[in-house]
Amino acid sequence: MFEEVGTTTEGDIIINVGPQHPATHGVLHLVITLNGETIKKVEPHLGFIHRSIEKMCESLTYRQFIYVTSRMDYLSSHINNHACALCVEKGLQVEVPPRAQVIRVLMDELTRIASHELWWGAMAMDLGAFTPFFHAFRERESINDIMEETCGARLTMNYMVPGGVMQDLHPDFQKRVKEFLQLYKRKIHEYDELVTGNIIFQNRMKGIGYLSPEDAVSYGCSGPAARGSGVSCDIRKVYPYEIYDKLEFDEVLETAGDSFARYMIRLREMQQSIRIIEQLIDNIPDGDFQAKTKAVLKLPKGEFYQRVETARGELGVYIVSEGGTTPYRIKFRSPGFSNLSVLDHIARGSKLGDLVAMMGTLDLVIPDIDR
Amino acid sequence: MWSFSHIANELHEWLSSIFNPTWTLVIEMVLAGVAVIGLFAGLGLVLVLMERRVAAWIQIRLGPNRVGPQGLLQSLADTLKLIVKEGLTPNGADKLLFNIAPFIAMIVAMLLMAPIAFAKDFQLWDMNIGVLYVSAVSSIMVISILMAGWSSNNKYSLMGAMRSGAQIVSYELSAGLSILTIVVLTGSLQISDIIHSQATGWWIFKGHLPVWIAFVTFIIAVTAETNRAPFDLAEAESELTAGFHTEYSGMKFALFFLAEYINVFIVCAIGATLFLGGWMPFHIGNLTDFNRVMDYIPSSIWFFGKTFFMIFLIMWFRWTFPRLRIDQLLNLEWKYLLPISMINLLLATAMAILGWHF
Repeated sequence: MFEEVGTTTEGDIIINVGPQHPATHGVLHLVITLNGETIKKVEPHLGFIHRSIEKMCESLTYRQFIYVTSRMDYLSSHINNHACALCVEKGLQVEVPPRAQVIRVLMDELTRIASHELWWGAMAMDLGAFTPFFHAFRERESINDIMEETCGARLTMNYMVPGGVMQDLHPDFQKRVKEFLQLYKRKIHEYDELVTGNIIFQNRMKGIGYLSPEDAVSYGCSGPAARGSGVSCDIRKVYPYEIYDKLEFDEVLETAGDSFARYMIRLREMQQSIRIIEQLIDNIPDGDFQAKTKAVLKLPKGEFYQRVETARGELGVYIVSEGGTTPYRIKFRSPGFSNLSVLDHIARGSKLGDLVAMMGTLDLVIPDIDR
Repeated sequence: MWSFSHIANELHEWLSSIFNPTWTLVIEMVLAGVAVIGLFAGLGLVLVLMERRVAAWIQIRLGPNRVGPQGLLQSLADTLKLIVKEGLTPNGADKLLFNIAPFIAMIVAMLLMAPIAFAKDFQLWDMNIGVLYVSAVSSIMVISILMAGWSSNNKYSLMGAMRSGAQIVSYELSAGLSILTIVVLTGSLQISDIIHSQATGWWIFKGHLPVWIAFVTFIIAVTAETNRAPFDLAEAESELTAGFHTEYSGMKFALFFLAEYINVFIVCAIGATLFLGGWMPFHIGNLTDFNRVMDYIPSSIWFFGKTFFMIFLIMWFRWTFPRLRIDQLLNLEWKYLLPISMINLLLATAMAILGWHF
């Protein structure tokens, strides 16, 4: 058991970071045992934003439950929707039209960039630099505008449906995306000048929060958190879905395993996403944006699993169907939960200020952890 | 004719013509006190607004622009809000220390106003140990922060206060040593003497290497001493929520807030006095015409211009740099800044003894 207040018998201070705290970016509660400034133990307490999404999905039809999943990892809602749509399509054995596939991948990559932009700003804010946040939002805003035009929403898009996407692209989509690409390329050097190259930033990040590849695997880390330790785990490469196997992009890997490696992974991933978008934006095939599906979807009896790569790591959707219109049981394997579990391991022995930086590099989205 | 000294002399003559010398002195002292309080409040408001506008400019946004023309009344409105807010004292706090701490912070900031030369011949108290007085009194600041942190009965506050104690005490050394460099070269602790020594050129432009080193050390050290980012570990928003003033609200918080900005102003004023010539205008050698044009600019404008330039520098730091970690902060002081400023002081002393400076 743990104590939440006061001091331990050895005279260490126990402090509660959260549920309301500027560093946790949400309602995460960390009980930290401190010896002076040095961290002895970090204990995450979850459940403050548990909405029992998995249980809710059991009473929603296969078309409806996708909307709920936008609220899990709200920064990559397209990718969450995508995972669910793919899983349902697997059960229905529907062939998705090529146009829809390209649109989906484009949206996924735009979402990934938007998510990493926000992470970059928040990460710098955790380290005490406020300005990058606004610079990141400048680029992110234009992505949100693109999303708003096509999907009608800026955060919880609910654009992917089983069989394709909900509606066709906005006529301005290509133009706007190209404008965004130009803006991004014009401004990306500011990121390095303002944050990456800063000596204080590098000293705060390098050699801090070391995660060995073995630990990354045994804790079930995925996404940039694991790739920073050199573990190859990009689902887009390892188990390609949609048209990712036909696209040219690199899996970004760093071997250092420290906070700086995880930071660099995300910056370089943005470049790879730009590369993917550039390959696709002029080659969106004509045709239907949605496959013909029945009005009421019924999955055959059985179990279906689909994994995708969100901005934070591997998201798995596991559906058990009894043959009805609603899933019998649904389970999400969220990347944030596994990535959070490694926090205690990497934070022990470092200073309190570093804990905030490490949480930043793990890129935790609390509703994704709690669901 | 718009210089402070001119106005002050006019006022003195006018008062002398009405009252006897004793009453004149008393009235002048009261006026000076009121002026300091007015300046204190005015500077606080201006600096808060300036900080927000500078931040907005750096962060590609507009900043306050709704209250009053161009948002000029924003900080006044904020102050009003803070005055009417309830000043809570948390349960279990040491009530006396908790309530006294913000006032000590403010008193220290006010005391520091005394030896600053705002314009030519316009100084509240030109004592012969002016520079020493400033470094001595500014050390009291740490007591108020420690009191606030300790009495709040909050672990975040306590950690903020402890960090701040370690930080201010360490960086005072470098700040003091870099000030001493100028004192050694000038041969006087008196502020007016130091300013007059720069009549032929500001110390920073005279081309002495130790002065340049001292200037850089001074800026780093005072940024740390005033708890400004990248050395704002005592407040460290993302780690300690608000550090030593987490539990303060209303006007008690506002006093800490004001004291921080006044301290920034004072250290920048000291920096401007020591390195940038105080109210001395900018002169270039024998260009008499240019020098005469420069002399037309009132000395108060020169002083405030230089001071606000330094304040802008410190604000620029805050909105650009990430925060240091506590061990890095102390390493920077004890392993780099302190040895450098000590050697620098030796260099300056050698220069002064051998008469190499001019």
